[in-house]
Amino acid sequence: MSLQKVNAVVVGAGAGGGIVAQELARAGLSVVLLERGPWLTAFDCRKDDLRNQRTTALGNGFGPDDDRHPRVVVEANGRERIVRASEGGYHNNAACVGGGTLTYGAMAWRYMERDFKMRSTYGAPEGSTLEDWPLTYQDLEPYYEKAEGEIGVSGDVSPDPFHAPRRKPLPMPPLPPNREYEILQPAAQRLGLHPFDIPMLRNSVPYNGRPPCLRCRWCVGFACEVNAKCGTQNTVIPQALATGHCQLRTECVAQQVITDARGRVTGVAYFDRDDRLKEQPADLVVVSCCALESARLLLNSKSKLHPNGLGNRYDWVGRNLQGHTYPGAFGLFEFDCYDDVGPGASIAVCDFNHGNPGLRGGAMLANEFIRLPYQFVGQLPPSVPRWGPPHKDFMRQWYRRSIGVKGPVQEMPVFDARVQADPKVRDYWGIPVARLSGGKHPHTLEIARFIASRAEAWLKQAGAILTWKNVPGPGLSGGQHQAGTCRMGHDPKTSVVDRYCRVHDHDNLYIVDGSVHVTNGGFNPVLTIMALAYWASAQMVRSWPAGR
Amino acid sequence: MKPQTIRRRKFLGAAAAAAAAAGALSCGTRKSPWRFLSAEEAAALAAMADRIIPADQDPGAASSGAVNFIDRHLMGHFKRFRQTYRDGLAALERTARTMFGQKFAGLDAGVQDRLLKLLESGAASRVIWNQVAPRQFFDMVVGHTMQSYYGDPRHGGNRDAASWRMLGVPLVPVRGRDQYDFTKPGGRTA
Repeated sequence: MSLQKVNAVVVGAGAGGGIVAQELARAGLSVVLLERGPWLTAFDCRKDDLRNQRTTALGNGFGPDDDRHPRVVVEANGRERIVRASEGGYHNNAACVGGGTLTYGAMAWRYMERDFKMRSTYGAPEGSTLEDWPLTYQDLEPYYEKAEGEIGVSGDVSPDPFHAPRRKPLPMPPLPPNREYEILQPAAQRLGLHPFDIPMLRNSVPYNGRPPCLRCRWCVGFACEVNAKCGTQNTVIPQALATGHCQLRTECVAQQVITDARGRVTGVAYFDRDDRLKEQPADLVVVSCCALESARLLLNSKSKLHPNGLGNRYDWVGRNLQGHTYPGAFGLFEFDCYDDVGPGASIAVCDFNHGNPGLRGGAMLANEFIRLPYQFVGQLPPSVPRWGPPHKDFMRQWYRRSIGVKGPVQEMPVFDARVQADPKVRDYWGIPVARLSGGKHPHTLEIARFIASRAEAWLKQAGAILTWKNVPGPGLSGGQHQAGTCRMGHDPKTSVVDRYCRVHDHDNLYIVDGSVHVTNGGFNPVLTIMALAYWASAQMVRSWPAGR
Repeated sequence: MKPQTIRRRKFLGAAAAAAAAAGALSCGTRKSPWRFLSAEEAAALAAMADRIIPADQDPGAASSGAVNFIDRHLMGHFKRFRQTYRDGLAALERTARTMFGQKFAGLDAGVQDRLLKLLESGAASRVIWNQVAPRQFFDMVVGHTMQSYYGDPRHGGNRDAASWRMLGVPLVPVRGRDQYDFTKPGGRTA
């Protein structure tokens, strides 16, 4: 069934799609915003420690559900298995209005200048598709600033000498320090590091008509009870709807991007909440489903002229899947470190993002968000048995006396770390599911080992009496920081979109989410996704034919 | 009447309804007080949980509700583990009887630990463990027991928030919103 034509259809109401919908609606375009999940709000904060987006023992708290959205994972030994959405290895983000921004930890990092020039700074290691972005930090700076102001960021990066040049300070001051901050800050200074308050998409003071953080322990993985966490669901999406030009359709699952006989993109086919197949014709199509699902949608959009899917003439769609490798360390202290003051993560250093001898890049290091009791169970030192009296004793003695420090290593992209459309397995709607395969580059793990050692040194300096490191294995990265699968570049033969996120060969098809990241920074990627969404939207509005 | 009183009454009524509904769903043997597990399976599981998290100055996993937690979720999110529990608990009993001539629950703690270590190392008899790998069963029970003990009491374990008291985690403050609807499955409003 074909619906009335609109100017733009945006698939996915997350960090990228929410912003594009608002910017286009604000410019007067008629917009349909499709979201596969429901619209959840602060009212849906259930503080459920076993069912949220970080701990999924009893399922995903914020989607997708286990029954209708399988994926296929190909392991290193070639064995294939079907995974449910709440299982490890699925690389879930979320399925709800706001996407990951409803429940994220909300770190709001700008990438550094060198993060956009990784290849020219370091050269690509063998076996990596490491490349420069087709845009610079300076291109993106005004849009970072816009994202910080419109979505809302608190913090103070002025003590960090490594941050890229910026014109304005953050719009909100940092939250007052918690106990871990007070323990780690002088230790970092003694080591000659430069600690500072983590920038966060979280109100520290009343902002945008919403209250400040109440410092509870249910933060990362949960919807904020008082709506102090800033995501697209409580900022740009309501504003887009208020323009009267944007219609949000929830629980709608995109099937494919439609093209006409000449290969021109004409709209999106999707299943509505009653599983009826609909066609939404549009002048512009914006795909913002996250790195795994955007690539899957393009690969599933096959036609005579595009037998391998849209934008995939040179087989780059779904390639270079990356996320972050998170090495770190834990330390045990002779005194209480736990003060039950959320969000927990508070202090960071950027001394190890670049300039590490013999390494290409690095990672920001920060203390971890509050660990709820069940989360601590699996994080004990390797010397402690995982059951029986010693395990219980350890939990009892050290839960309140431990600190975790970790950081997101900027990964070396690998061409064969990828998502494909599975040839056999289909989801509830009959759409081929995402098939994940590949792993990390060895140099990524080399960087990870170094970063873990720096985290451990910081904890030791802070007085930890026992420390242990944690370095992830060589398996695929993705998860909530998933990126890279529709790389941005000048050359259509080695990239999928141009510097404005427009798919090569299609003047009316855009991809706006982490998919377009060439590299993923040594930082949480969301603010960069938001800045890119403003940047790409500006281009869409500029190139919109007046009077169409 | 204070608003709290009304809410408490509403809750108690709803809780009674939920208990009745749970009875109707029961698919264990007739005399079992549990939803899925038989009385014998529950006894073996309780004994196993109590070795994973034994009682000392703080309660152990069994008295903290591990069986209730696992049994409850075998009706929901753990449905896919039903056969593994059925096969694994049967094999556990057969191993105990073959090796020590007794039910698992009747063995001394030290002997129970020896047997569990056999499962953990995967060295248990393949003749008895022919439906499920011993290590897989053991890992599953360790995981679920930890969830029951350290998770939120709302899920059926961690009775009286004993583990949170043990760790020194402040208990959940009751805040303003009436956002749980106990008349619906899972107690969720959505």
